[in-house]
This record gives sequence, C-alpha cells and structure tokens, in this order.
Amino acid sequence: MANSDSNNNTAVNVSEMIAQNKKKKNLSNFTEKSVPVILFLLASITVLTTIGILYTLITEAIHFFMEVPIWDFFTGTELRPLSQNPEFGLLPLLNGTIISSVIAMLVAGPIGLMSAIYLSEYASDRVRRVLKPLLEVLAGIPTIVYGFFAFTFVTPIIRAIWPQVEATNILSPGLVMGVMIIPMIASLSEDAMTSVPNAMREGSLAMGATKLETTFKVVIPAAFSGIIASFVLGISRAIGETMIVTIASGSSKNFTFDITESMQTMTAYIVEVSGGEAAAGTTIYYSLYAVALTLFVFTLIMNLLARYVSRKFREEY
Amino acid sequence: MSLSSENKMNVKLNNKDMAVNNINSEHRVVYDTKDLNLWYSDTHALKDINLEINEKEVTAIIGPSGCGKSTYIKTLNRMVELVPGVRTTGTITYKNKNILDKSFKVEDLRTQVGMVFQKANPFPKSIYENIAYGPKIHGIRNKKVLDEIVEKSLRGAYIWDELKDRLNENAYGLSGGQQQRLCIARCLAIQPDVILMDEPTSALDPKSTLKIEELVQELKKEFSIIIVTHNMQQAARISDKTAFFLNGEVVEFDDTNTIFTNPNDSRTEDYISGRFG
Amino acid sequence: MDKLESIKSSSKMNARIRKNSIWKSIFFLSTLVGLVVLAILIVRVLGQGLAWLDWDFLTGRLSTSAERAGIMGAILGTVWVMIVVIPVTLIVGVGTAIYLELYAKKGKFQSFIATNISNLAGVPSIVYGLLGLTVFSRLMGLGNAVLAGGLTLALLVLPILIVSAQEALRAVPGYLSEASLAMGATKWQTIRRVVLPAAIPSILTGSILALSRAIGETAPLTVLGIPALLIPFPNGLFDTFTALPMQIYYWTLDSSLVAEYANLAAATIIVLLLLLFILNSVAIFIRNKFQQRY
Ligand SMILES: Nc1ncnc2c1ncn2[C@@H]1O[C@H](COP(=O)(O)OP(=O)(O)O)[C@@H](O)[C@H]1O
Ligand SMILES: [Mg+2]
Repeated sequence: MANSDSNNNTAVNVSEMIAQNKKKKNLSNFTEKSVPVILFLLASITVLTTIGILYTLITEAIHFFMEVPIWDFFTGTELRPLSQNPEFGLLPLLNGTIISSVIAMLVAGPIGLMSAIYLSEYASDRVRRVLKPLLEVLAGIPTIVYGFFAFTFVTPIIRAIWPQVEATNILSPGLVMGVMIIPMIASLSEDAMTSVPNAMREGSLAMGATKLETTFKVVIPAAFSGIIASFVLGISRAIGETMIVTIASGSSKNFTFDITESMQTMTAYIVEVSGGEAAAGTTIYYSLYAVALTLFVFTLIMNLLARYVSRKFREEY
Repeated sequence: MSLSSENKMNVKLNNKDMAVNNINSEHRVVYDTKDLNLWYSDTHALKDINLEINEKEVTAIIGPSGCGKSTYIKTLNRMVELVPGVRTTGTITYKNKNILDKSFKVEDLRTQVGMVFQKANPFPKSIYENIAYGPKIHGIRNKKVLDEIVEKSLRGAYIWDELKDRLNENAYGLSGGQQQRLCIARCLAIQPDVILMDEPTSALDPKSTLKIEELVQELKKEFSIIIVTHNMQQAARISDKTAFFLNGEVVEFDDTNTIFTNPNDSRTEDYISGRFG
Repeated sequence: MDKLESIKSSSKMNARIRKNSIWKSIFFLSTLVGLVVLAILIVRVLGQGLAWLDWDFLTGRLSTSAERAGIMGAILGTVWVMIVVIPVTLIVGVGTAIYLELYAKKGKFQSFIATNISNLAGVPSIVYGLLGLTVFSRLMGLGNAVLAGGLTLALLVLPILIVSAQEALRAVPGYLSEASLAMGATKWQTIRRVVLPAAIPSILTGSILALSRAIGETAPLTVLGIPALLIPFPNGLFDTFTALPMQIYYWTLDSSLVAEYANLAAATIIVLLLLLFILNSVAIFIRNKFQQRY
C-alpha cells in the first residue's frame, strides 16, 4: 500500500480556504433565500392559467347570457348565429358532440378494452414489447392527420358502401376519433389490469378456470373502476377533440340523429366562429365563450369523475 | 494490498498504546451531548442521552437494530432534520456551541463533520468530480488546488494507487468496497474534524471490510471518528470507546476494553455474548 | 363434486378450452385494429404525398397553384413557435416541478397545485386557444404573431412537462442528495449540482414529448386566427406566421375545390410526421443512453 506520503505534508489547507470562502458567502445566502420564491412564482403560473381560463370564459359568457337568456341557450334547438334574426340554441352542438363521442366510444371502448385484455393477460413479454410502442405511435399522431384521413379516405369509402352518406358527416370523424382513442383506453385499462395481484389470478387458474374465465370473473371485476376511469377519460377526450370533426363533419348546425348528415360539435363551432369574422363585442363572439364554458365544464366533470373512480380503485389493494 | 499479519499486530498494539495513553494525556472532548431526547413525530427514539466523545479517538456505537444508533449519529450533523416532524430537546456542544440551536448553521456544521453512509453513495459522476465536489461547493475553483486535493484525499483513503489512472471514469464502475473508500475520500476532501460512519461496512465483503477498518485506524490520527456498527468484533477491533445503546438509551459507555471484558451492566453483557439483538 | 365431474367430462372441458383460444384470437385481432389503421394511414399518406415531396416543395413559398406551392413558410413558422415554446416550458415546467417536489411542504397547497395541473392536462386544446386569443392576442396585443402562438402552445403542453419532470426528480435517489447535504452543501447547491444533473436525461425526454405535442397542435392556432395563406416568411417573435398543421388544415379543407391540394396536404403530413419521428427517436436515444444506473 502506497502510504509513502501521508496527509500532512501538503501546501493547501482546505479547511482554512473553506473558512475564508464562507466569509464572502452573502451572495449564496441571497440565492438560497430567493430561489424558493422564484420557483414558487413559476409554480403559480399553472394556477394563473386556470384562473385565466375560468376568468375569460366566465366573464365573456356573462356578456353572452345578458343578451341571450341562459335557458334559451341550453334548450334552444336552433343555431343560426349569422342570420338576420339570429338564434343561439346549444342543442345542435351538444347533439353533434354527443353523437360523435358515442360513435367514437363504440369503436374505442370494446377494441381498447380487448386490446388491454390481450396485452395484460395473453401477450408474451416479447409481443407486448413490440405492440405497446406501436400503440403509442398511434396516440402520438397529430389529430390534424386523423382529420385528413377521415375526410379524404374514410368518408369516400363509407360513401362507396353507403351512398346516402354526405360528403361531410358525423359518422366518419366519429369512427376515426374512436381509433385515435383506442391507445388511451388500452393503456389505461391495461395498467388497471396488470395491477391486479397475480395471486388472485392464480387462485382462479388453480381451480381449473381457463384464462378467459379468469379474465372475466376475476381480473376485470378487480380492475373495474380503473377500466371505467379509462372510459370516462376517453369520453372526455372525444368531447374535446376538435380537428377531426371540424374537417370531416362540416359546419351545418342540424339538430338531428342521422349520422349520415353533417353536424357541428361544440369544438368545431368555436373553430368556425373564432377563425371567421366575428368581431369582438358581438353576440356571436360572446357565444364562443358560452360554448367553450360548457365544453370546459363537461370535460372538467369527466376528468374529476375519472380521478374519483380511479382513486377508489387504488384503495382496493 | 492488504497489510501483512505483522502490520495487523501493530495495529492491535497501537490500539493498546492508545488505551494506555488515554490515562495520561487528556483527550479533549469534541462532542458533549447532554440530556438529548429526540422524537420522530410520536416515536421517542432517543431518551436522555449523555455522552462525551473525545477528539482523535474512534468511538463505536453498538446496539440492536432499531435502538437509535443511526438517529444519534445523524443528530450529530443534524441530517436527522431531513425527516419531517423531528423534535429534539437537550444540547450537543461542539466547539463550545450548541449545534441543536436553531441559529447554528447546518452547512457550517456539516463542513466540519463528514459522514459516510451505510450504502456507498458516490455521485453518478467521475471519480475526480466526486472528490472535487465538496471543495467546489465551498468555493474552491482553482484547478491546481483541486488536483492536489483530489490526490491527497485519495491517498488519505488509500485508494490513490488503485484509482490514479481512472480519475475520469464514472464512480459507478467501481466495486462496492472501492466506492465506500471513495466516499471516505470524498469526505476527507473538505478536511473535516469529525467523520461519522453509519455501518460503513455492513454492505461489504470481509476483505473490503478489513481495508476500511485499517483505514479507520489510520484516520483517527487526524480525525475524530464516530462509527456505528452492528458487528461487535469490529467495535472491539477498531474503537477506543464504545457506547452501548438499547431502546434509545445509552446503557453503558466506557473504554472498549472494559465494555468487552468487564461490562458494568448485565444488559451489555447479554448483548455482547449474543443473547439478544 | 360437481366440479370434479365437469372436469372429467372432457367434452365440456374441451369446449371451454376452445372458447378460450377463440377469444384469445379475437383479443389479438382487436389489438391489431389500431395498428392496421395506422399502417393504412401511413401507406395512404405516403402514396399520396411522396411524389409531391421534393426540394422545391420544402423550400418554396406558398402559392395557390398546386404545382408551385411550397411549405418553407410553414416550416419556419413551426421552428419560430418552438423557439418560444422550448425555453418557456422548460423554465416554467422544471421550475414548477422542482418547487413541488423539493420545496413545497407536503400538504393541502401542494395537492391543490397537483390537482390543478392534472385538471389542466385534461382541458381541451381549443379552450387554450380561447385563453390565448383573449389574453395574448387581444389583451397583450400580440395578435397572431409567433409569440402569441408560442405562449399559447407553451401553456397547453406545460402540464405534460411538469408531470414528467416531477417523475424525473422523484426518481433521483435520496441518498445522492443526502451525500451532498452531508458535505455542507446548501439545498439549492444540492439541487443544481446533484439532483438536476441526475434528472436531466428524463426531463429532456419528457420535454421532447411535450414539444412533439405542441408541434402537431392545430386547434388553438385556428382560434388565434393563424393564417394559412401567408406568403412572407416570419423573421421574429412579432411576425405573423403559419405552421405545418395549419397548412395541412387548409389544404385538406380546400381539397374539395382543388383535388391536388389533398396531395399537398399529404406531403406536408409526411414532413410533420418525419419531424415527430426524429424528435421521438432523439427522446428514446437520450432515455436509453443516459439511463442512470443508480
Ligand atoms: N424516518 C423515521 N421516521 C420515523 N421513525 C423512525 C425513522 N427513522 C427511524 N425511526 C425509528 O426510530 C428508532 C431508531 O431507529 P434507528 O436510529 O434507525 O435505529 P438503528 O440505526 O439503531 O437501527 C426506531 O424505532 C425506528 O423505527
Ligand atoms: Mg441504522
């Protein structure tokens, strides 16, 4: 062991140098005190964002409701913002939003759930390692691309099969939106299912149940609230989705249940009106905020609901 | 690398010499703990601790798991405060000041009191940067000075020869024993007065353990060392004084020889003879 | 006893096993649905757009004539917006994450901010557009300049970055900061020199993913009134701009008037997806390369 030169014979006296540096430490003291303040201010930006959203939506919506009675807005079946005697009924938009979301969930719900079952219960590790990143790619495609796909590819195909379908219709964007939401439901449901303890599965399998029976009698009931939460988030995502419906469903404000027709969603209305000529201060302009506020409240409720459900779920283990 | 058996004998002899010396030359007290109590929220983890720890000696703290050894040693550099809800009463006097006083700057305390942890915890940086870390945060930027400190600290921890050609490698490439000695070297880099060690060898193999024990023997020439260990042989081998903790209390504190050959308290005897813990 | 019997009656058993394997196939095929659509989408876009994707298209200015149209303006616009989004989200996002993980006392306030952030993550992007329109465009008078678009998109992706930065910071083991604090380092020194460097690779990965999201966003830009038919190139933060997704949007809409526009949209989509692909590859590379072996 090279112990030839010991610690003592050295020129630098570190502790003394440190002690000396300490004396001029005022600056670092200041840093130490101001950093948390700066970080706090940065963190409060997220709170300001929420306040900003609420404040703008509410104040401008109030302007709107001073001109259009709130009751008329929520029960009106006519939406004619640009006509001579304009009408501002929300129901056509609400209808378009709900119908497109229902179509999307009819696609994304079962397929997402079945994908989750496959990934969590059946797939080998190797298969899962290939499939999951691919599903993530699907989730990463910008919605504008899906909009393009719905409008220029899916709609023509649907029309070839079912000629009554209009060039802009709610069916095509609904279906494509469903595909877009599959990865979200698949991955959240899969998380819920993989966190079901293996002991529960083994108990069932040991009694001679098949994997299928175990999945439906043990895993899904145990992961139920997590699965529900993933569906709720999927719905919230569908309600808030904008570009696909804006492009592929057109802008007619029909209050109808005919999925072959063009319908407008709340989001598409906002795009149409804000991107258009509506000057600040007009009723049309304010209607933007009333619709957006409704949309915001809807998605907020969905998100809170999803959190509430999945928290209950976490308590179970 | 390991000392010959002859040298080992020397170490043991040294130990005895020190013990004899203790009687004559009075060692100054480095830490004077008076009526220390500590609570983690509701857990009363330290109860009425009174200990005088001497400078430039090795003081071992032994006791069964959960008796408060780590808590006590972490109180000596106030690292225990990182746990939310910790309360203390009593005093610990270090260099004439009560370190438990809120006005005492923990950064100053920890600059003078180094710590080596149970699990080696080098930074995910190069070996050089690991050693230079302490000096740098304390304002030493001069490259030549840093080079000198790095070499000196690695020599002080007896790993200069092993590592001098690998200074720019990531410390995570080292073996467990090397990492722990690197952590000791990192401590030495800011020239502390005291080194606290919390079971520094419990994660190491016997060979690395022996090296660290030899190192401790060397270090006590310059530093006051307080070492927590659950290995009684280790305490017997390397320490001058031993404190036996049980359920948050100090049962007995005396010369290591006395504790291991002729303990006062029957509980100490029980523990040492392996009847519990 | 019932059970034993049913197991013994092998025909029933076989039926159950057959049912299991049929369903297994159904589950597998469901998993493929999304991927098949993805494949069709990509093949379709490539088929439509690849022929139009050449140097002139990439570097050309916008034109109403499909043959001469180029997307340089949109590319530059997207780059300029990112020049706003990157620093704003990194500083605000990482700062917020550090505050929440390392400074804020665990309690009501911290969980209030955390809840708030997760709610913000669920707000539809079009609502951010309205916020941007009201605050940045009108109130601050930024109109439809790069800065207005950049700040709006920055707020939109901020929650993504905060959450991933929080995870990155949480993954840094406590014993590293303990080692630093035990040497007399202050809290901020410890964060800046130990915790942040250890978390940086994951933070970068997260911020690239947030950036990809911002690059593909269209809805908030439509609300801000970002034009698509813009001939001049943007040269600064206060210039009007257009962006790749806006270009795709208008060409898609107008493809019912001029059929070639669909091909231009497809070609632009290829550029956009390629950009996202590169960004994500970088993110994965960083994640794998710098994954800490704590
Ligand atoms: N972070 C903590 N929070 C609450 N209680 C703790 C914490 N750390 C230790 N304790 C409690 O304090 C007592 C002493 O623990 P410790 O000092 O770690 O013991 P030792 O190091 O001797 O094994 C134990 O009862 C332990 O449960
Ligand atoms: Mg301990």
